[in-house]
Amino acid sequence: MDFKLTKEQTLAKELFHKFAENELRPIARDMDEAEEMNFEMLAKLQKAHMLGIPYSKQYGGAGADNLTYTLCMEEVSKIDASTGITISVHTSLCCGCIDQFGTEEQKQEFLRPLVDGSKIGCFGLTEPGAGSDAGGVQTEAVKSEDGTYYTITGTKVFTTNSGFADTFVVFAITDRKAKTSKRLSAFILDRTMEGLSVSNDIPRMGIRAASNCEVIYDNVKVPASRLLGKEGDGFKIAMNGLNGGRIGIAAQSVGIAQGAINEAVKYVQERKQFGKTIASFQNTQFKLAEMQTQVDAARLLTWRAATAKDNHENYASLAAMAKLFASATANDVTRGCVQLFGGYGFTREYPVERAMRDAKITEIYEGTSEVMKMVISGDMLK
Amino acid sequence: MKIVVCIKQVPDTTSGIVKVNENGTLDRASMPTIINHDDKTAIEAALQIKEQLGGTVTVVTMGPPQADVAIREALAMGCDEGVIVGGREFAGSDTYATSGILAGALRIMDFDLIITGRQAIDGDTAQVGPQLAEKLHLPQVSYVEEIIKAEEEAITVKRQFEDGYHIIKIKTPCLLTAIQELATPRYMTVSGIWEAYQKEIKLVGFEDIKDALGDDVNWIGLKGSPTNIYNSYTKELKGAGTVLSGLSVEKYVEAIVEKLDEKHII
Repeated sequence: MDFKLTKEQTLAKELFHKFAENELRPIARDMDEAEEMNFEMLAKLQKAHMLGIPYSKQYGGAGADNLTYTLCMEEVSKIDASTGITISVHTSLCCGCIDQFGTEEQKQEFLRPLVDGSKIGCFGLTEPGAGSDAGGVQTEAVKSEDGTYYTITGTKVFTTNSGFADTFVVFAITDRKAKTSKRLSAFILDRTMEGLSVSNDIPRMGIRAASNCEVIYDNVKVPASRLLGKEGDGFKIAMNGLNGGRIGIAAQSVGIAQGAINEAVKYVQERKQFGKTIASFQNTQFKLAEMQTQVDAARLLTWRAATAKDNHENYASLAAMAKLFASATANDVTRGCVQLFGGYGFTREYPVERAMRDAKITEIYEGTSEVMKMVISGDMLK
Repeated sequence: MKIVVCIKQVPDTTSGIVKVNENGTLDRASMPTIINHDDKTAIEAALQIKEQLGGTVTVVTMGPPQADVAIREALAMGCDEGVIVGGREFAGSDTYATSGILAGALRIMDFDLIITGRQAIDGDTAQVGPQLAEKLHLPQVSYVEEIIKAEEEAITVKRQFEDGYHIIKIKTPCLLTAIQELATPRYMTVSGIWEAYQKEIKLVGFEDIKDALGDDVNWIGLKGSPTNIYNSYTKELKGAGTVLSGLSVEKYVEAIVEKLDEKHII
């Protein structure tokens, strides 16, 4: 078992690291304060092919793999978790669904512009009344009499990227009478469709530069050619997308935590109290050792899940374990790093308070930690 | 247009202390490596000309096997082909020997334009580009700040000078050296990285170029280098110095001469 990165992955990691240092570090704080994504930076991300990393060149993707995608997520999230989630929702949730379940024509028409850097995607599943209970979705898609289109009506909430996305993968009921797992269907919508409106950004505790809005679907007419998979496949497609997304969130969590540790390591060697650097105290040394060990473990769990996905193995439980552990680690580690910084860590002058605020959502979105435990135990007890 | 860019993989001397071997050469293995900054600018300029006129960009480096990563990075930025000129015979070459070796390698290649960086951050001599042009009997412009117009038969450039600039039109084939202001190097792309590692880098050794070296065959490697590095160290700042301002030229000269006299330099 070789834990080393390949030559391509090593060079890609360097690219991601340089991008994060040069493009994100100077603007991350301002983006958080302004609660706004920087579109110039986003365009550079698209140009560097960082928004289609694990997808085949056949569809315009970068032709790399899921492990490389986690390297990107980690390097970016070390500096800015908001940019991290923007990449993750686009790559895993939106592109993932189309890549796995789209027809050849759908992939050429919809996946290509998403992965070649032309368009941004998002994923509309969660509703005000349907969070962990994703089967409780109420948005409805009614098929026309001639079967050529569906009319979609409903409201989605917390749709990341919706503020500026071009492509929306949306889940709606097509058969109310069917059992939960067969009730929903998935559709590919465009932002420009009549009846689709996006609210203002929802004010949040963290990942404030990301876009996260309510989206209203008011009798949106969607051609039948935009049905993803078959009617009734929606729940399966959503769960599949989320399995991949959890690898992205695990990597984001690892990045948030490692970024905070990197800042703390610098700070404790500069800050002096009681006549010496706080790095000289065994408490500081032990705390750093404990935190780094947790992060390394989280990283390896993430890499294992990504590798299983790359090898077309069953990875759902592995991804859930990675997200469960990494998100808890991100929260513990960022809190620990703020503590090492002391009073200054609580100010917005240093990036660790933002890391701590950003970390919280990793235990919630794309499946709460509680849902992760359901997935893992479900796999153990089958 | 067939463009060749000569690059050097250098230790990142901006990252830490410079380590030197006993024979005065740099202990390259002890430092992280990068493509020299000016050379990266040269790559970007070449790629822009290619986008405009069509053609190919071949990146060439003289270096040890580790230079493979630098070539891959250049390929991942968009260069078409990569060449490593290497061999134990070339090790320890100073700038004169390096330009002789590179000239030998380039004599067996086809090109319309060569772009090099102005100078490398390890040697800091700015000699290889101009020496290479001389050995290949090519017209050259160094310190190129802007490519004003690129055509197949000639390139019009803005050349930086101490107190101004020159606009020069130079016929191809020719050599230009790039300064930082010329271009902002693009990032590699992820797809570019994967494609880069699928390409075969051409390895050129002593046997491949020994006939093309001509008389320079006696001027290669450490033994064939007319200059030897005695010592290499990071300068220590001893003080802030004194800044003179608001004086006439005569008064400035007087002040400087007085200081030199005081320190018994004159």
